[in-house]
Amino acid sequence: MTSTAHSTSAYIKVFYVLLVLTIVEVAIVYLGLPRMLFVALLVIFAVWKASLVAMHFMHLKFEKRTLAVVALTPFVLCVFLILMLMPDIFPH
Amino acid sequence: MSEAAVMHAVVEPQESPLTPESWGKLGMWLFLAGDAMSFGCLIVGYGILRHASSSWPVPKDVLGINLTAFMTFLLIVSSVWMVLALAAIQENNKPKFNKFLGLVILGGLMFLGCQAYEWTHLLTHRLPEAGISFSNNLFATTFFILTGFHGMHVTGGVIYNSCVLAAVNRGRYEAKHVEIAGLYWHFVDLVWILIFTFVYLI
Repeated sequence: MTSTAHSTSAYIKVFYVLLVLTIVEVAIVYLGLPRMLFVALLVIFAVWKASLVAMHFMHLKFEKRTLAVVALTPFVLCVFLILMLMPDIFPH
Repeated sequence: MSEAAVMHAVVEPQESPLTPESWGKLGMWLFLAGDAMSFGCLIVGYGILRHASSSWPVPKDVLGINLTAFMTFLLIVSSVWMVLALAAIQENNKPKFNKFLGLVILGGLMFLGCQAYEWTHLLTHRLPEAGISFSNNLFATTFFILTGFHGMHVTGGVIYNSCVLAAVNRGRYEAKHVEIAGLYWHFVDLVWILIFTFVYLI
């Protein structure tokens, strides 16, 4: 009972972090930063938020390693996909 | 029971083995990994098309991000409601579970309502005003494919969660089934976080 109550408050904490990160993201858009810095910041924030959801809401932090491997596979494949498409993105 | 656990601990100290109880969860994770690959391909394709285009509108100016920021908020809140619904069913508190899963479904329906409004408004006002046609513009095409594919997932999630709500109340589903439905719903939230950043903000 107490452990559930404790973990519920932990989830609420993650929710507030997600909320603040989203507000900061929207604020960054209105700031008018240099393009590279702007893109880098937003990508960092997006990956940060996505991993918070996966780690806490989807319990990846507390799961078996098998599931972490399953969850990481698409990201590895997407990086591979980008690398394979590099000649098309930057033709010489 | 504890003896069996000790036996497993001896055989495999690092990780507990897959049991029939965890097959459903593994199955959902495998499906989500495949689904993540679909979204990943669409997002990478979008990035490459955008990079290769000589001109691309500023998404914020054409799409507007205030409504979408609210939609992001809706999905994050409904994710938290899903967590609370799972906690409630684990405590065997059905009224509380019904309330929170009902809120999750309501949140999904509100998201879809916002998206329907947004699409209608884009197609009838914002896109024509920006001189962008729906049919022959990469910006519009990638936008509708990405948000549409995600919207279909939300629709599926609303149907899925409604079935889970009914099945739990008829006594056919337990907490573990709710956890698996939760995985799907959080994944839909996770993908929207990425789409919100890549399609609307950047």
